[in-house]
Amino acid sequence: MGEFRVEIEAAIPALRRYARALTRDTETADDIVQDTLVRALRSEHLFHGGDARAWLYTILTNLNRNRLRTLSRRPVLTPIKDSDAATGGPEAGGRDIGRALDELAEEPRAALLLVVLEGLTYREVAEVQGVPIGTVMSRLARARMQIRSYLDGERPALRRVK
Amino acid sequence: MIDRDSIVTEDELHAYVDGELPAERRGAVESWLATHPDDAARVAAWRSQAELICARYGAVADEKPPQRLNVARLARSRRRGVAAMAAAAAIVAFLAGGVAGWFARGAEATSPSDLTRFTTDALDAYRLYVVEVRHPVEVPGDERPHLVQWLSKRVGSPVRAPELEKMGLKLVGGRLLPGPTGATAFFMYETPSGERFTLYCGHTSDQATALRYMAGDRNAAYYWVDDNLFYVLSGPAERDKLHAIAQAAYDQIDVRAPQQGG
Repeated sequence: MGEFRVEIEAAIPALRRYARALTRDTETADDIVQDTLVRALRSEHLFHGGDARAWLYTILTNLNRNRLRTLSRRPVLTPIKDSDAATGGPEAGGRDIGRALDELAEEPRAALLLVVLEGLTYREVAEVQGVPIGTVMSRLARARMQIRSYLDGERPALRRVK
Repeated sequence: MIDRDSIVTEDELHAYVDGELPAERRGAVESWLATHPDDAARVAAWRSQAELICARYGAVADEKPPQRLNVARLARSRRRGVAAMAAAAAIVAFLAGGVAGWFARGAEATSPSDLTRFTTDALDAYRLYVVEVRHPVEVPGDERPHLVQWLSKRVGSPVRAPELEKMGLKLVGGRLLPGPTGATAFFMYETPSGERFTLYCGHTSDQATALRYMAGDRNAAYYWVDDNLFYVLSGPAERDKLHAIAQAAYDQIDVRAPQQGG
């Protein structure tokens, strides 16, 4: 029991980092982390050893997916996130890595962040996302390809002015 | 030597960047990159993406987490404050569900589109309650006998909450909903990682059917009719998994003789 809570406690900084990159909004990120912790504590009795950290990433990833599902049913209001406007240098034309992440679909974004930011193995990501490793690989490939073309200045089709 | 000429796949390039490439393929990938400038440029771009991401977000882990994320405090407040907050959320959700259900009441239950209306209603209810974090149900799953008795009484027929523990699903609990033909029982299940599935059950005059599938946007459902009751099992749109769960529920409900134990 006590040990489980210690593990949860130790994972909080990494969970906040992942949630921040996933949502790109400090308040939203901490809301999701809080819900993750509440849920983990509530299910404490269901946890029988194993990797608490991977389990927490799984809960957080699911909660974020649920959140986006709700958002997609509301009118689209895009809040101004981070401080992109101030930090995007002129040479990048405002196209920084944060905005590049915004352009990705949820699943590829989560896969990429779990690998490069959180250092999970492909196998762990497959477990967190509940998909085969091959699917993780294709999500990763899609994310990297899209970020690259975004940073290289190819405007996504939606933004193109005809 | 042979490795030098062997083709390097894109998966291997990713694995190389992420340190997941088996040691015996390293040499092959490195000599491949030396002779394939496009791939070398891709690998360099992927590495710089990772650096940018870490540079932007890495420092978040060094911040002191806010008080509201204090585990000891969350564990304590879970028993006190959350209940009141959750009750308020449940009332809002219930009202929303009631209103949606009311407007969904249309023609009489005999129309041939009954199956569709039931299933659409069930998927709406699924989408409405699946996002509830703290209080998705009216009666919790640990009061299963009371829950089943209450809903059976309101629906007017014995309803069952199948035991799906073997599928890794715990009964979160249930609630009463207005459906196309009147009172409808709604049970929610979830996996330890928070994936949710719901079972919706109400009266119908339709004939018994086998399992049928209906896919929504991101959610999907299996539905069937048995003994004048209509059942809809909804969940994330992963057909195989959903089918296995629906089949397990179907089998348990189909067996009319009361089962002892689980």
